[in-house]
Amino acid sequence: MALLLLADHDNATLSDQTAKALTAAKEIGGDIDILIAGKGAQAAADAAAKLDGVRKVLLAESDQLEHQLAEPLAALIESLAGDYDYLLAPSTTTGKNVMPRVAALLDVMQISDVMSVEGDDTFKRPVYAGNAIQTVQSSDSKKVMTIRGASFQATGDGGSASVETIDAVAGPGVSAFVSQKIAESDRPELTSAKVILSGGRALGSKEKFDEIILPLADKLNAAVGASRAAVDAGYAPNDWQVGQTGKVVAPELYIAAGISGAIQHLAGMKDSRVIVAINKDEDAPIFQVADYGLVGDLFQILPELQQKL
Amino acid sequence: MKILVPVKRVIDYNVKVRVKSDGSGVETANVKMSMNPFDEIAVEEAIRLKEAGTAEEVVAISIGPDKAQETLRTALAMGADRAILVKTDEIVEPLSVAKILKAVVDEESPKLVVLGKQAIDDDANQTGQMLAALLGWGQGTFANEVKIEGEKAEITREVDGGLQTVSLDLPAIVTTDLRLNEPRYASLPNIMKAKKKPLDTKTPDDYGVDVAARLKVLKTEEPPERSAGEILENVDQLVDKLKNKEGVL
Ligand SMILES: Cc1cc2nc3c(=O)[nH]c(=O)nc-3n(C[C@H](O)[C@H](O)[C@H](O)COP(=O)(O)OP(=O)(O)OC[C@H]3O[C@@H](n4cnc5c(N)ncnc54)[C@H](O)[C@@H]3O)c2cc1C
Ligand SMILES: Nc1ncnc2c1ncn2[C@@H]1O[C@H](COP(=O)(O)O)[C@@H](O)[C@H]1O
Repeated sequence: MALLLLADHDNATLSDQTAKALTAAKEIGGDIDILIAGKGAQAAADAAAKLDGVRKVLLAESDQLEHQLAEPLAALIESLAGDYDYLLAPSTTTGKNVMPRVAALLDVMQISDVMSVEGDDTFKRPVYAGNAIQTVQSSDSKKVMTIRGASFQATGDGGSASVETIDAVAGPGVSAFVSQKIAESDRPELTSAKVILSGGRALGSKEKFDEIILPLADKLNAAVGASRAAVDAGYAPNDWQVGQTGKVVAPELYIAAGISGAIQHLAGMKDSRVIVAINKDEDAPIFQVADYGLVGDLFQILPELQQKL
Repeated sequence: MKILVPVKRVIDYNVKVRVKSDGSGVETANVKMSMNPFDEIAVEEAIRLKEAGTAEEVVAISIGPDKAQETLRTALAMGADRAILVKTDEIVEPLSVAKILKAVVDEESPKLVVLGKQAIDDDANQTGQMLAALLGWGQGTFANEVKIEGEKAEITREVDGGLQTVSLDLPAIVTTDLRLNEPRYASLPNIMKAKKKPLDTKTPDDYGVDVAARLKVLKTEEPPERSAGEILENVDQLVDKLKNKEGVL
């Protein structure tokens, strides 16, 4: 069996979502190749080649692929698909954008957000915001799937795969990159952080969010998350949203401050090892999943916590 | 131009979904159903494009049981012009939905199809991308902003690191994210008016699409339960627990 794993990277660096999806690929078993599609992406390819258990790294570079737009990227993966039984990608926004397009080009039904490998063709995945877990068996000859990073440990280094440069096929040419606004930050990334501090609607304003949450996060060396309500209100950027339709995280420690605990939020953080909830309402649903709760005003509790660390 | 908006009838997002004890699925009897929230955002966006004079007609479509008519009537009450129900009692997977939508697009020739990014029941996040593939069109998924200028659509997308803007040739596919707009409520007069708007009924057979599932659901189960822990008295106790008991600080 042969598996092709689409890497998540920004040309310069490989995100650890790739190493997590690789673990799922290894559980399926077979020869695993990693595809790096981008431009000026040699560094990402070299990082992928070091991961344990990789047969080879395919590096495809072109102007069209620089920003990994779905149309050229799907055309590339389709052109490689003949050699593979499984086509996988991490459930990142890039993976979610491109893999269903690949699946349809191959006339295959994608399996989204795989959280466990039960056999060659059988997988578990969450539905209804994680309120139910389905075990699904695929009858397609090729399996196209995205992997839920929070459910798998990252594979470590230890390999020395070769990097093979391949041609980038021309895409349909119906899309073009215009611009991007990617925030630079020294804080850990949400999906790989060991500690996450998340703030909700209770913060009340962007100023308060910045004043109360950020310094404490820095003290904890934590990534910062937010509820949808906090993002909608402009207290935090969209890519900080944790939940069913945001990022799914499973850190060692998740602190939810002023977040009620709607199912859509819980879907994104319920698998964290230790959950702490800070809420002034003792009946807030977040306490039902929290290992430790403090009932009180976050505007007093968080600064005190910061001081006592 | 014409805009096609696929809307799915799903269990309302406020309902706590329960798994059936025999593992055969989730409880749907006597459960409140609504339009998938991302599809409300899609309908809203289409209507705004019509109000801005960019679009002339908004057609809503749903693939589902007879009751999905209610979902379509909601779209009509919000401001869609007409609706198509592709009637089936089967659970239709995104790939088959995309194939039906492709057939409808071939018939209706819309310039834009606006879908939700994700149905909150199957949480698949696939249909829009699949439809784009089948049509060979560009896709602007997880849209935060949609601008139509001449024969191009400029879509700003919510991506993992922030925002990305792409330019697509029309016709194109857009899928909505939460921040694209705030959907309106249908007013009572508009709900009344919607009852008279045209609603066509078709079947998957009419479009020659086989809706047999590719994924067999072997089992549906509850996620592992997390139990409520301790309520602590003060911050000192919390620091102590996190440091000494959990070792996470
Ligand atoms: C389609 C869809 C998708 C969604 N996806 C997501 C998602 O991915 N992620 C997500 O988070 N949500 C999502 N939601 C939204 C979700 O349903 C909730 O509305 C949202 O999570 C609520 O955010 P919140 O807890 O910050 O706000 P609220 O529910 O308003 O809770 C605020 C909490 O703060 C507490 N509080 C107030 N003041 C203080 C204080 N001074 N000190 C301490 N506590 C205080 C209150 O007691 C309350 O519990 C989605 C909804 C829909 C319909
Ligand atoms: N049965 C359906 N009827 C109409 N639209 C659908 C249907 N299933 C999916 N869609 C559309 O596709 C989007 C994504 O769904 P999914 O790929 O299932 O997550 C939804 O938000 C709808 O816009």
